[in-house]
Amino acid sequence: MSATPPLLQLDEITRRYRPDSAPVLDQLRLQLAHGEYIAIMGESGSGKSTLLNLIAGLDRPDGGRVLFEGTDLAALDDDAVTRWRRANVGFVFQAFHVLAYLTVLQNVALPLELLGVRDPQRRQRALQLLEACGIGAQAERYARELSGGELQRVAIARALVHRPRLVLADEPTGNLDARSAQQILRLLREQLRANAAGAILITHSAAAASSADRILQLAGGQLRAAALPAAVPAMP
Amino acid sequence: MTRVDRSGGAWPAWRALGRSQLRAHPFQLLATVAAIALGVALGSAVFLVNAAALAEFDQATRRLVGSADIMIRGPPEGFEQQLFVTLARLPQVSVASPLLQLEVTLPGQQPPLQVLGLDPFRAAALQPALLAEMGADVTGLFARDSIMLSRAAAQQLQLQRGDALPIIVAGARSSLQVIGVLSDAIYPEPLGIMDIATAQWSLGRIGRLNRIDLRLRPGVQVSALRTALSAQLPPGVVAVTPGIERGRAATATRAYRVNLNALALVALLTGAFVVFSTQSLAVLRRRTSLGLLRALGVTRLQLRCALLGEGAAIGAAGSILGALLGALLAALILRHLGGGLGNRALTAPAAVFALRPLQLAGFVLIGTAVACLGAWIPASEAARRAPALAMKAGDAEPSLLRLRTTLPGLVLIALGALLAWLPAIGGLPVAGYLAIAALLAGAVLLLPTVMQHLARTRTRSGHATLDIAVAQLQGSASTATISLAAIIVSFSLMVAMAIMVHSFRNSFDLWLVKLLPADLQVRLGSASDTGLLTPQQQHTIAGLPAVARAEFRRVRQVWLRADRAPVALIARDVDAAHAGDSLPLLRAAQQPAPAGTKPAWISEAVQDLYRLQPGERLQLPLDGRLQSLFIAGVWRDYVRSEGSIVIARADYIAATGDASANEGSLWRRPQVSPPALASAVRAALPFGDALELIGSEQLRERSLVLFDRAFGITYALEGIAVAIGLVGVGVAAGASAVARRAQFGMLRHVGMLRRQILAMLAIEGVIMSTLSALYGLLLGGALSVILVYVINRQSFRWSIELAVPWQQLAVLSIALVAAAAVTALWSGRAAMSQDAIRAVREDW
Repeated sequence: MSATPPLLQLDEITRRYRPDSAPVLDQLRLQLAHGEYIAIMGESGSGKSTLLNLIAGLDRPDGGRVLFEGTDLAALDDDAVTRWRRANVGFVFQAFHVLAYLTVLQNVALPLELLGVRDPQRRQRALQLLEACGIGAQAERYARELSGGELQRVAIARALVHRPRLVLADEPTGNLDARSAQQILRLLREQLRANAAGAILITHSAAAASSADRILQLAGGQLRAAALPAAVPAMP
Repeated sequence: MTRVDRSGGAWPAWRALGRSQLRAHPFQLLATVAAIALGVALGSAVFLVNAAALAEFDQATRRLVGSADIMIRGPPEGFEQQLFVTLARLPQVSVASPLLQLEVTLPGQQPPLQVLGLDPFRAAALQPALLAEMGADVTGLFARDSIMLSRAAAQQLQLQRGDALPIIVAGARSSLQVIGVLSDAIYPEPLGIMDIATAQWSLGRIGRLNRIDLRLRPGVQVSALRTALSAQLPPGVVAVTPGIERGRAATATRAYRVNLNALALVALLTGAFVVFSTQSLAVLRRRTSLGLLRALGVTRLQLRCALLGEGAAIGAAGSILGALLGALLAALILRHLGGGLGNRALTAPAAVFALRPLQLAGFVLIGTAVACLGAWIPASEAARRAPALAMKAGDAEPSLLRLRTTLPGLVLIALGALLAWLPAIGGLPVAGYLAIAALLAGAVLLLPTVMQHLARTRTRSGHATLDIAVAQLQGSASTATISLAAIIVSFSLMVAMAIMVHSFRNSFDLWLVKLLPADLQVRLGSASDTGLLTPQQQHTIAGLPAVARAEFRRVRQVWLRADRAPVALIARDVDAAHAGDSLPLLRAAQQPAPAGTKPAWISEAVQDLYRLQPGERLQLPLDGRLQSLFIAGVWRDYVRSEGSIVIARADYIAATGDASANEGSLWRRPQVSPPALASAVRAALPFGDALELIGSEQLRERSLVLFDRAFGITYALEGIAVAIGLVGVGVAAGASAVARRAQFGMLRHVGMLRRQILAMLAIEGVIMSTLSALYGLLLGGALSVILVYVINRQSFRWSIELAVPWQQLAVLSIALVAAAAVTALWSGRAAMSQDAIRAVREDW
């Protein structure tokens, strides 16, 4: 009996910004199990976002392989990677990136629409996620009418609405106050569990990182296990 | 201590904003400058060409008139020369110069030659340069059949001193002897100079003159003497001043030239809307920076000045560039195409380019002002917005929604509708142009309201690409309005012009069919005064076996008023009871002609210029006497904008005894081919080769070709305006695509294919341009009604029937939709060239 491949495996990933520059990621290795939630911390310029882009298939490594459930993303062309991302990845951005001219419900339903899910299933699932994220009452409002915390809840609902296997969150609390940030991270974790999705959280914040199952530090192009500073209480 | 800086904020704000704009979006800035430059270039080029042509008309008139104070003018057939003796004896007159000024028919199908018969010694007092130029040759003029040619005439006719110049006078061929060629300095236009007595003898005007130039003694009041003389002159003979003479030359072409100027200014107006679009979008794009400047202490007034300054800088740069381009363009047009600007009748071959710095500076000012006007609304809107709101993301659309444009839009449309009913001012459709401007401005101001109503539909298709495109448009209706203002303005004007030109062409074609029922048209020297067919020659032609039917016409000029150009009198066969069968009649008199009166049918121009109506009496000077005619109807004449009068030929012969003809229509017998008919006519006359014979169908086709050529420049100017409008669409689409890069990036993240995003942009482009085309068609339709019934009627004094070129409009609309979609796609592709990864991080 063959072993199930991990959700995500990075094999000796190398990435340089310019051919003659030092690698920002240097033979980096990472394994993410199904449903696992990890946080990656690192200083500015350490390559955190570059790593996230490589995982999402938005960028290609100079060396090494990105394997998703055993499939090498490098073997897929741009359209195929886009379709793979559409089905398997959810994103949460620091700047929310919610479309201002769509209602909250339409924003959340967007990934389902791209996947060809028809109404009423699409609407039903989007409303379910909005309720779960605590903003069901805002479903018919427009993005410009919402606060930052509410917008990030919309973004989380959108990231999970199509039941992706992997959620990539790039500084999702970077634009929020401490209280809102805590609420958002709690919500993210709950929803990841509820949807059995694996996740990688990129953050500067030790408090945010504490919400993850495992914390890694990106430095010198390599990932190392990291512990939380003693002063930071682990997130319940 | 509190420091209050009242003046210094606008300049640093302007500098900071301008620099960042130039650095971040140089293409959009350059495109906007180019749009203004093109508008100013067209406006100034048309103006400079017109000015050069008018100056040449003026100079030509001055050369022919010399230093006379009053000119006595009569019909080509002239008046008794006794009048000269009478006038020369008047105590107020110091010099009187008798003249015969005629267009002389030359054999072959070439234009007639203008010949001036004068008394060299009397003329020398009024035109001393002429006598100096002729020098010793002057005595040669007294020899029989002698003529001196200007250099232009000698070159055109390929003649030199000693050669014979063949002419046709009163149905017979004869020739003149060229005794010298004058230099260009005296008369640069084609002209022949003869001694008055020789001219009277050789050109069949013995004892007659048609012009007398008078120099008055010092202290004599010109206007008083002119009024006194006018009362004593025989009917059909008028006393005019050189000023009236020169003004007439300018007036004849004024309507056409003013219309061209207006069309050229349309391009500039479109440029203003491009500035409006660019500046509005630039304000939206930089709203956080503008909010920051306000937060840092830049006052509302300073911010408004800074943004207006941007518009002024764009306008000034574009206008200076445009003025230089316009001058270059005008010089090239005058050198290679002459001053007619597409209208052969208005060509002034001797017109020379003159740089007119003051007028060019005026165009620079107009261009700058127009750009400031375009920048006014966005600058005011930016200054009004609260800094905190401006710095908040997503504020762009709601701020535009706050603009109240519906009521001003409706008011302007109502004003436009009212202006359309006003009469011409000084012979020009000033109110008509203002009506068009008001309607355009009103329609643009109503656009946001219309778009917002259209955007209220919330139906979704379930296709992400289509739904997002529609939602984007619904969410940005006001921004889209700004983007499309320029193209809607230029497209609607193109639609209006297309409908007007089609209507005119259609009416012109029907008119030609009505007037040219015969197989063959005969003419002896177009617009000449000496090329006439004698009654015997007419009889010979009519009696030819190939000819089934022949009709002859006598066309000549008559003066009705001294301050107007002469009108054309057309004596032709007309059945008074059924005039509509042979004339394109518009209206007939309510009551029949009283017994014993002779009927006349006046053209619309005569009706307007002389305020005459059917049923009234027309006093027509014929052969030195006034004939009282009954105005039996008004007919449409597309050739003579100064007016024409049709009378029955029998009545004309009865009044004048002149049975000659200069035009004819011939019908062939069934078995005779048109070429055989033409050959038979040529062979029947001694100067058959000099006859102009043309099939009616061929004449119709040739007339339509000339018509299309005359409107070629119109289409070119409109095409350029639409191109400028498309530049506006491109600039706006580019700005919008750049502003939406983060959105494209997010959509790529969530799994939208690159081609789906491009398809989304194309759909947006198609929907918006389709709405623009529909709005433009509607607006253009309304404008065309003003063009057809007001501007055309008041400019050219003839009416046309409205006809819509559906096929042409469909092609234009499809071309616009395709061009706008491609522009949107191209702009989107350019914006997507920056990868999606950077795009979502750009605003961090």
